[in-house]
Amino acid sequence: MEILVCVKRVPDTAENEFELNSDGNDLDRDDLVYSVNEWDNYAVEEAIQIVDNLGGSITVVTVGDDEAEEVLRREMAMGANNGVLLSDDAFEGSDGRGLAAILKAEVEKGKYDLILTGAQADEGAGQVGGMLAAMLDYPYASLVNKIEPADGKIKVGREIEGGNQEMNEIELPCVLSIQTGINEPRYVGIRGIRKVASVEIPVKGAGDLGVDAGSVGEAGAKIKRVDYFVPDLGDGAEMLEGSTDEIIEKLIEKLKAKGGL
Amino acid sequence: MSMIIAPANYMLFGFFPTVIFSFFLPVIGVGLFTYIMARRIAPLVRANPDYRFNNIPERIKNIIVVWLGQIRQPRYMRAGILHIIIFAGFLILSIRSTSLVVIGVFDGFVLPGFDGSLGTVYNFIKDYAATAVLVACIVAAYRRAIIKPARYAVPEKYGHDHTAEAVFVLGIICTLMISESMFEAAAVAYNHRALGEAHFPAFFSLAWVFSKSLKFASLEFLQSLHIIMYYVHDVTFFFFLCFLPLGKHFHVITSIFNVFFMRVKKGNVKPVKYGVSDEELDNLESFGVKKLEDFTWKHMLDFYSCADCGRCSDQCPANAAGRPLSPRFITIKARDLMFKNYPIKSGVIYKSDKLLVEDIYTEDEIWSCTTCGACEQECPLGIEYIDKMVDIRRGMVEEGMVPQSLQKPLKALEKRGNPYGKMEKKRADWVKEKTFAETHTVKDLGKDSADTLYFVDSITSYDDNIQEIARRTSIILEKAGVDFGILGKGEKDSGNEVVRFGEEMLYQELKAQNTEAILESGVKQIVTADPHALNALKKDYTGLPPVKHISEIVAEKIESGELTMRPCKNRDKVYVYHDPCYLGRHNSIYESPRQALDAIAGLTRVELEKSRDRSFCCGGGGLMLFYEPEEETRMGVLRVNMAAEAGANVIVTACPFCLVNIQDAIKVAGKEGEMEALDFTQLIEEHLA
Repeated sequence: MEILVCVKRVPDTAENEFELNSDGNDLDRDDLVYSVNEWDNYAVEEAIQIVDNLGGSITVVTVGDDEAEEVLRREMAMGANNGVLLSDDAFEGSDGRGLAAILKAEVEKGKYDLILTGAQADEGAGQVGGMLAAMLDYPYASLVNKIEPADGKIKVGREIEGGNQEMNEIELPCVLSIQTGINEPRYVGIRGIRKVASVEIPVKGAGDLGVDAGSVGEAGAKIKRVDYFVPDLGDGAEMLEGSTDEIIEKLIEKLKAKGGL
Repeated sequence: MSMIIAPANYMLFGFFPTVIFSFFLPVIGVGLFTYIMARRIAPLVRANPDYRFNNIPERIKNIIVVWLGQIRQPRYMRAGILHIIIFAGFLILSIRSTSLVVIGVFDGFVLPGFDGSLGTVYNFIKDYAATAVLVACIVAAYRRAIIKPARYAVPEKYGHDHTAEAVFVLGIICTLMISESMFEAAAVAYNHRALGEAHFPAFFSLAWVFSKSLKFASLEFLQSLHIIMYYVHDVTFFFFLCFLPLGKHFHVITSIFNVFFMRVKKGNVKPVKYGVSDEELDNLESFGVKKLEDFTWKHMLDFYSCADCGRCSDQCPANAAGRPLSPRFITIKARDLMFKNYPIKSGVIYKSDKLLVEDIYTEDEIWSCTTCGACEQECPLGIEYIDKMVDIRRGMVEEGMVPQSLQKPLKALEKRGNPYGKMEKKRADWVKEKTFAETHTVKDLGKDSADTLYFVDSITSYDDNIQEIARRTSIILEKAGVDFGILGKGEKDSGNEVVRFGEEMLYQELKAQNTEAILESGVKQIVTADPHALNALKKDYTGLPPVKHISEIVAEKIESGELTMRPCKNRDKVYVYHDPCYLGRHNSIYESPRQALDAIAGLTRVELEKSRDRSFCCGGGGLMLFYEPEEETRMGVLRVNMAAEAGANVIVTACPFCLVNIQDAIKVAGKEGEMEALDFTQLIEEHLA
């Protein structure tokens, strides 16, 4: 099975303290450390497990600058066979639709049975996978927490209300967005990364992909961020004091007063 | 009347010379033994290198003290005494046994030098030796079969019980003692009866008892007994010789070698591969031990040398907490796999097809080890464990088999130089604490220079509660007149646990960065309050100035008078000092902290039963704080209960990880209000004059 996994280099949520920059329109990105988006990492691990069972190969792709290459290498150290960097000044400032358009161009250069994306990335929009599928006219399943490959079609699972699980059958080729917890990603150490340090990663720009620069990047973006702020703190939680019985009484009072009972 | 006929001259049924047996039994026995030994040595010659021919004087000392002196045996007194008797008996009787083999062919043979008075004295001693060995074996068999001490038990998952093998061998040894004594007694009784000779064995020895009881036996009977007992001894002896390499009694042969080759330096971790320098590591095909064949020859010798005594597992804190680790079975399972891959009979060599952690071990079993070193400290045969765990972990890390709970701190160490993922520039924020900053400043070696580096390490730098240790240490150093500074954001995690958890290349990076920063600062000595940092800088890093623990500095300065301690502020409390593994066992610093505490007049201090090199690990430090083990109880809780039993209400420790673990354990054990935990630096600083 030929699998393409779309990955993104994001500021690490665990190893950073996020503050607004002095202009107040974005995060202060000076001291940030970056790594692969957690959801994408789960996707790559899943791809590796599928290929271990069924054969095939895995390509990881990202839209970014030179620094984004480190993320491709890490996933290749993990077990992906090939990496492709889609980089062009024209791509900067793309909205979700722009990213999907760029990725679509790359998908059409190859022959992939399965395209995986993470369910969401640092900005939480969770849209690129769906848009990509729509542009390719491929079927799409989101928030996948289980994949059971079969011939020509695969079964995908999703967690629904009450902790229940639903399974759906989807035809290949398709796009899936992967939920965390689908597997336990293997560890990638410094040694592994060093081993792939000299592997060739092709870089493709707008021209190579045949993408119209006007339809992507800041120029083509139809969504623009207008503000970034820390919401005002509310009063905080009110802690009820007293014995258990007293607390219950007070709680009932308050619920009645606010119309909850 | 003539003397008894010796086996060398006897004619079975009147015509068959038994000397033929005397000749062929040794030939076959030694031949078979040689073949068996060749099969056993086969995996070792194919194994990875291990440099064990350095420090010869130290190694000879170990032979004398650990092997001959049996110094570790009395740590379990009853079994220890029994073993010392049997061991000493074996050594003494080895001369007799050798002579006996030759006597069967050449009657009257005496080893060179043993003809005169030495021989007489020896014969006297050997009779008591044989008697003592017999008595010891009977007591030992009783202990194994009836009393059944807990550490010998075999948990179901590890297979069948080992008592039968143990009692069988004790039976063999008893047979050897009885047959040899009976052989001698028969001759004595015969010659006394026939010739009036009055040379009796040593008074009240086994042979003496036999010779007296045979007083009224017929000459015919005594003659037959003499011959039969000789061959019983001969057959049993060579059977035993060939049986030794087949099980836990292989240690009878390998012990002297295993002790000679045992580790002479403590606290350090073996390189990934001996003979491969740090710079060459990138060229190695594979890191660590993934399959049995990847072990070094010394580790394989360790597997052979295990006497199955269970003392390691009995001392193992992970085992006590109910984690899936039992050091004894790490060894026994590997030994059995060696036996399986290199069978004696067929001569075929089977290569392991599975990874060790998919075959005889489980991943959790290997991650459960806190590297506390209690097992290695206890083993009377010098068997090592920590390096094996580290090697297996190196293999697992390379294969990506790292528990999710450890992947996050490892990634944080890679990106930020500390396992918490906090920013480098905040590493020295502890100096900014309001009350402290009003009266104290700490030099930043990035800008200033100083004699001494205070290496703070990650937990003390970033953990809100533990930062207090850094402040107290600074005050102590100030009052002691030490000119010191810190590296601040130039400092990275010492990496003590990083290397012990198998992430070698990350450790190499941390080591390189720290070494560069330290050497650039130009300091002449390093002080730390973190025993894990102490250990890494002192034992694993190279080319650094001398490293000391704060307790050593305090003890020195109290002795020289530069620091004086005020009388105890809490005279009604009972203090107990808990030896941290990386200060105590791995770095032999036991007395300095105690001397410092005892300098506080009126401080009531008790000792834990498991103290000094028998100290019980608090639960582990560094990356171990992040691992989520499967266990029945926490190691820290067990330790808190030990302190309560010793009558203490304050546990003093000299390690930030011990402090964290014990503080948590006090809450989990529900002993808040009854027990508190204090760091050494807090107690000392409070009492500085």
